[in-house]
Amino acid sequence: MVYDVAIIGAGVIGALTARELSRFQLHIALLEAENDVAMGATKANSGIVHAGFDALPGTLKAKFNVKGTAMMPEYCKELNVPYKNNGSLVVAFSEEEIEELKSLYERGLQNNVAGMELLSRDELFALEPNLAPEACGALLAKTAGIVCPYELTIAAAENAVTNGAEFKRNCRVEGIEKEEEVFVLHTTQGDIRTRYVVNAAGTHSDQIAAMIGDDSVKIKARSGEYFILDKSVGDVVTHTIFQCPTELGKGVLVSPTVDGNILIGPTATETEDRDNTATTLAGLNNVKVLAAKSCKVVSTRSAITSFAGLRAHAESNDFVIGPSKADSKFINAAGIESPGLSSAPAIAKYIAYIITNDYTDVAPNENFVAERKDVFRFRNASDEERQEAIDRNPAYGRIICRCESVTEGEIIDAIRAPAGARDVDGVKRRTRAGMGRCQGGFCGSKVVEILARELGKEINEITKFGNGSNILFEKTK
Amino acid sequence: MINYDLVVIGGGPAGMAAALKAKECGVGSILILERAETLGGILEQCIHTGFGLHYFGEELSGPEYAERFIKELKTTDIQVKCDTMALDISENNVVTAVNKTDGLLKIQAKAVILAMGCRERPRGALEMAGTRASGIMTAGTAQKYVNIDGYMPGKEVVILGSGDIGLIMARRMTLEGAKVKVVCEIMPYSGGLTRNIVQCLDDFDIPLRLSTTVIETHGKDRLEGVTIAKVDEKLQPIKGTEEYIPCDTLMLSVGLIPENELTKNVGIEMDRVTNGAVVDEMRQTDHKGIFACGNVLHVHDLVDYVTLESQLAGQGAAEYILNKQPKETVYVSTTTGTGVRYLVPQRVNIKNPNDVKLYFRVGRIFKNAKVVLECDGKVISSKKKVKLAPGEMENVIIPADVLASMNESGVICVRVEE
Amino acid sequence: MIRELTCVACPLGCAITVDYNDTEVLSVTGNTCKRGDAYARTEIVNPTRSLATTVKVNGGVHPVVPVRSNKPIPKKMMFECMKTINSVSVDAPVEIGQVIIQDILGTGADIIAANYD
Repeated sequence: MVYDVAIIGAGVIGALTARELSRFQLHIALLEAENDVAMGATKANSGIVHAGFDALPGTLKAKFNVKGTAMMPEYCKELNVPYKNNGSLVVAFSEEEIEELKSLYERGLQNNVAGMELLSRDELFALEPNLAPEACGALLAKTAGIVCPYELTIAAAENAVTNGAEFKRNCRVEGIEKEEEVFVLHTTQGDIRTRYVVNAAGTHSDQIAAMIGDDSVKIKARSGEYFILDKSVGDVVTHTIFQCPTELGKGVLVSPTVDGNILIGPTATETEDRDNTATTLAGLNNVKVLAAKSCKVVSTRSAITSFAGLRAHAESNDFVIGPSKADSKFINAAGIESPGLSSAPAIAKYIAYIITNDYTDVAPNENFVAERKDVFRFRNASDEERQEAIDRNPAYGRIICRCESVTEGEIIDAIRAPAGARDVDGVKRRTRAGMGRCQGGFCGSKVVEILARELGKEINEITKFGNGSNILFEKTK
Repeated sequence: MINYDLVVIGGGPAGMAAALKAKECGVGSILILERAETLGGILEQCIHTGFGLHYFGEELSGPEYAERFIKELKTTDIQVKCDTMALDISENNVVTAVNKTDGLLKIQAKAVILAMGCRERPRGALEMAGTRASGIMTAGTAQKYVNIDGYMPGKEVVILGSGDIGLIMARRMTLEGAKVKVVCEIMPYSGGLTRNIVQCLDDFDIPLRLSTTVIETHGKDRLEGVTIAKVDEKLQPIKGTEEYIPCDTLMLSVGLIPENELTKNVGIEMDRVTNGAVVDEMRQTDHKGIFACGNVLHVHDLVDYVTLESQLAGQGAAEYILNKQPKETVYVSTTTGTGVRYLVPQRVNIKNPNDVKLYFRVGRIFKNAKVVLECDGKVISSKKKVKLAPGEMENVIIPADVLASMNESGVICVRVEE
Repeated sequence: MIRELTCVACPLGCAITVDYNDTEVLSVTGNTCKRGDAYARTEIVNPTRSLATTVKVNGGVHPVVPVRSNKPIPKKMMFECMKTINSVSVDAPVEIGQVIIQDILGTGADIIAANYD
């Protein structure tokens, strides 16, 4: 068979693009090199929906950010993903930085950012009393928010599959050929034929583009390290707190997450290895020092985990979005670094527009359902809802992860969902099992058991995150 | 709403001993809530021997120790609900729990005994850089995989932390054919029992490196190695002492944390050192009718002491339910003197007519030292000790007559003299 | 000859000093109980240890059941005993205390089940 569109990369861009395209009667394949969606840049980033004043006016970053941020609340609602419009603050710590805030404000106006306000020191501390006393002013952006990047991606992929798209995991594209009007993608799961290709391959998008002779994309991977703090730290800040931006990015932020933890980070270090998500002592140390500048009470002693994420930085310093010069049916969505998450809904819509506009005879998908089915979450449910759920399915009465109150029923749902979990980390991202303060010490082995049972495998075949990351060796006897 | 005189949360050694004692003391209806499928708690996976020497005068394995109590429970009318998670305790002792068959349960209790045990400190709490490869797990998780599920969690193992579970797992993995390359301990002394160092490490020529920690993990999918380094007095890695050790598994035995989420939600006063509730000599918290015992109160070295402590809590709860508590309550605080890290109980009712045993741990290793008990500034006892180590729990007894003669505004103090 | 030992007879872990020559143990000091004395003497002549492991179960709730030696076995025979234990399996139901291997490798110790399955 020949697909209409094959999307390479199931990150936030790929998954949302698949969903946008599934509004039409198209054969869509969403290809992912790893064992799950959201395994690259999407997995580990700040989760901030930026207001849009950072990007230079006229850039694609500026254009898509403001549009994407405006679309985000509705998308999250449809996809049943938590989103919080908590607002952001860029905090100045000196008179020079106050001046910088003013230029950010001006830039924001040029980018059509609404809801900005320059705050005095008093106004700032009225909003955020726990900031470091050196803070002397801030730029408030009311449209900024927070979202969980992988939850959004999981939901988008699930919804796309529900609406007819196919998700293929462990499907790494190793070469592309063109036979007349059809691309032949040589993948680790065999050849895939398609009329259009969307290149959403994150830190590998230049390598994918090069397969059709497009050398316009040049990517450098940048690693960013973070700490997640225990929920007991509470709402030490309610807004996302930025410092004034530097050449390498927006600097270290302190922000609540939609799950009620505090996130601090990231650093920005270029890395040769495009899949290198190792943390470093120096990097983590740097996060601590820089975060303390914003907020002295944030102590990494309450850290429950640290991690590193990758950003696909394009040498052009802007997103690369649109048909390739080498082949107009090959659409790039590359160099998607911050504000990539914020821009994602708008980018996805734009790519879908390019393809459907170019395509002759494309009809809308009349069976398209925008709403993702409600997901039962024991921890958020009332007593009545809990009882009702257990009556429906007793597995909702068996708590597996006690730190986050995740039930067996929720884990089974996560595995059975379209584009569902196949490994321990996949279950964790979908249900939060193992994401609490004990980090899976108690529930890890139970999750392995449930995965084995659901997938019809032995427990030593179960992996942490796919190929080669098995948790157990052979039987002892 | 269901009604019980006593609800015990946790069916491990602490919960079982507390429930049995309460029954013996005349409590009517008792319910044990256990989150696992069977009673016994962590003992079920502790298949090594060494349990029960004090209490039964025999050396038993964990499951056998638990079995003695399970058997006794069966001879009583104590109710047990396994596979049941307690979610909440209200201000007026209504316990909310959930399981597959009953759904949500609301249980009105006259008294509640907290016996939830403890959990292992995870990697995230450590400052360790590197990848998120598989093969990094707590020693307790590895223990479950080997002893209950029957699978090897690793072939070439490095263990960080010389707590007892780490030491026990070093031997266990070796017996099953794995190569345990090294046990690293960040402190200048081991946190485990000396006998375990002898019979788990020395017997198998497994090196123990003190003042050494793991600073980085390597390997993308499965762990391929770790970098270890020596640390200075401030526990910071010393540059130039890094060493790469190839391994496929890193087991963490870096401390146990009492599982007190329920306790904190009720608003019970906590001890910042033990990470458990503040209790009196009968293990009653500052919330009337709520008692705590076992590892949820403070991490014990031996299960035998858990049993003894839990019997106190069971008796205390019984006295509370049956209105047999001492008529008067005058609390005197126990305070830690030089060398003593914590004391349990944190306060003592001087109107209690019995001897009171204070449990404590020291902050570092002492040799040829004395444990001194002072009440109201008078030295009550001074006991010589060849060796005191942080890994081992110590105790000292306040005789009933001393307690009876104490000042209402008095102080009880335990300290170590070198 | 003098040897310093840490007693493993119980969790106290007493530091014991043993004075011995080629033919006999001359003195044991530092122990706080009789078991310590006995431990020190055996440790010099023929050190022994309890062995705890698992054995394969056929048709049980779990794939393995914990077992232990009912008395200490010579330390040097630990791995040989493991080999023997790993070569047998037991059919469910397993009773606690059930003898799985009698007099393992002529040590005089039985390997007994330490839990039900």
